[in-house]
Amino acid sequence: MSASVDFRSVRWELEATDRRMLDKRMSATQAMELVHDGDHVAIGGTLYSRTPMALVFALLKTRRRHLTISRPLTCYEAELFYAAGMADRVITSWIGIGLKWGLPQIMRHYVETGQAVYEEWSHLGIGLRYKAGAMGVPFLPALTMLGSDIARTVELREVDCPYTGQRLAALPALNPDVALIHAHRSDIYGNVQVDGYRHMDVDMARAARRVIVSVEQIVSSDEIRALPTTTILPHFAVDAIVEAPFGAYPSECYGLYHADLRHFDEYVNLVKAKGPDGAREYIAEHVDQHDDFAGFLASLPPGTLDDLVAAAKRLAP
Amino acid sequence: MSRQDVTPEEIVAITASRMLADHKVVFAGVGTPLLAAALARRRQAPHLTIVLEGGIIGTRLMPGHLPISTNEMSAAHGAEMLTDVTDIFLFAQRGFFDYGFLGAAQIDKFGNINTSVIGSYAQPRVRLPGSGGANDIISLCNEVLIATVHEPRRFVEKVDFITSPGYLTGEKSREAAGLIFGRVSVVITDLALMDFEPHSRRLRLCAVQRGVSVEQVEAATGFELLMADEIGEIDPPSEDELDTYRLLRDGEAAVRRGRAS
Repeated sequence: MSASVDFRSVRWELEATDRRMLDKRMSATQAMELVHDGDHVAIGGTLYSRTPMALVFALLKTRRRHLTISRPLTCYEAELFYAAGMADRVITSWIGIGLKWGLPQIMRHYVETGQAVYEEWSHLGIGLRYKAGAMGVPFLPALTMLGSDIARTVELREVDCPYTGQRLAALPALNPDVALIHAHRSDIYGNVQVDGYRHMDVDMARAARRVIVSVEQIVSSDEIRALPTTTILPHFAVDAIVEAPFGAYPSECYGLYHADLRHFDEYVNLVKAKGPDGAREYIAEHVDQHDDFAGFLASLPPGTLDDLVAAAKRLAP
Repeated sequence: MSRQDVTPEEIVAITASRMLADHKVVFAGVGTPLLAAALARRRQAPHLTIVLEGGIIGTRLMPGHLPISTNEMSAAHGAEMLTDVTDIFLFAQRGFFDYGFLGAAQIDKFGNINTSVIGSYAQPRVRLPGSGGANDIISLCNEVLIATVHEPRRFVEKVDFITSPGYLTGEKSREAAGLIFGRVSVVITDLALMDFEPHSRRLRLCAVQRGVSVEQVEAATGFELLMADEIGEIDPPSEDELDTYRLLRDGEAAVRRGRAS
């Protein structure tokens, strides 16, 4: 298990941070200066829903080293970090794209050969770890993971309830150094709004020491005030705002565009044929050769994004 | 497709769907469990509430648009409530979910499930995707049903790794580990229906699918199965069950094409 950060120092550090209401807009490249070698980077969304891909691609471009990545359910971005030699450890409950794409070959390669670690917790286990971090407490008790081998391998500790004596799992707080989140909109100060699923984004961001949010659209503060129940993060909990239309592609963004399953097919075919070299080829072609994420989007087959917008109109609730 | 072409997956899903009673709440995993729950809603359980771990309460499956992930927007079709992922599992911990519904890559005689590693954890021969929500579902839902195709490589004496705890080493070991709520009630396969003998908590054969012998079930199981006093026979999928199941899975257009051919 990765050493947990002392919850007291996390609190003291936050007390001292700058909370001025400033224009926090910057490019994804600039925002990546908030990420350092050895950091624990949490990635918002779940699997291929609202993954902050514009930020993930910007991070891939930096080739930061010795990162720990955490996520609720992890999609192919984990494999890109492994293959780029950037991630020593991934903390999550699941890695893959989905049953139809088979077992994740690149994850298997790195973990089975001992080159990188997949630290497995249960889905709620991860969720409560972020929640404890977000609540400012060192752990949260729960009735999950008990008796299992996943609890044993992460050396999960237990506590006895001081009132009832009940044995409980003690999920340790997870306070990422940086959280990367993709959202529907925000104002320039970082009041962030999301439609539809919230995944674990709120707890993840509030637990993190630094928070970078990409948004489909920057709107006025008046527009934020018109829909305050959709605000998931207030400005003082956000460090950087990056405007990135289609910034979750090839993930979906709830109500706006569907996931591009064909893009996943192409990735899986590439790594099935070429292994880790295929994943590196993917990064070279889609990340490195473009100035920014907009460049990558512009390189997609014509009509790709329009089709995904149309699919979202059909399939969104 | 005709009745003769019934697949093992269809038998599993249809048999499992019959276990779900009306006016209950089911926490369904993606794939067969979700399809089985949707089928139950179209038949004996129109008021069954389907919950998915993406944070979705009350989804209504669009025929032919089975979500691949329980976190994608199409999985929320018709939902009554959307919340976050952690919150969904906390509903389970509070005791709201009557059924948890899981598949199994590898399962042992105490109902423990492995979806983590084949071989040793330190040096796995195959690193599998992991628990996802399965560990939480089996730990927290009131009653857990497991549905899978029946093969010797899946039904093993002892799983390589307990990702999701059934009855651990049997008898009272589940409760002793702190898992005081919930129970694994049945394992449903294309060959049989099994429960757990109440004292030893070992897997016990209760009924076989039509045309399947007890010997066939034993041959497809990598450990000694206990036997109920009477072994029943499960009704085969009815025409309506099959038609409805295929409609949900493939959609209206695909079903019409199938009928025409």
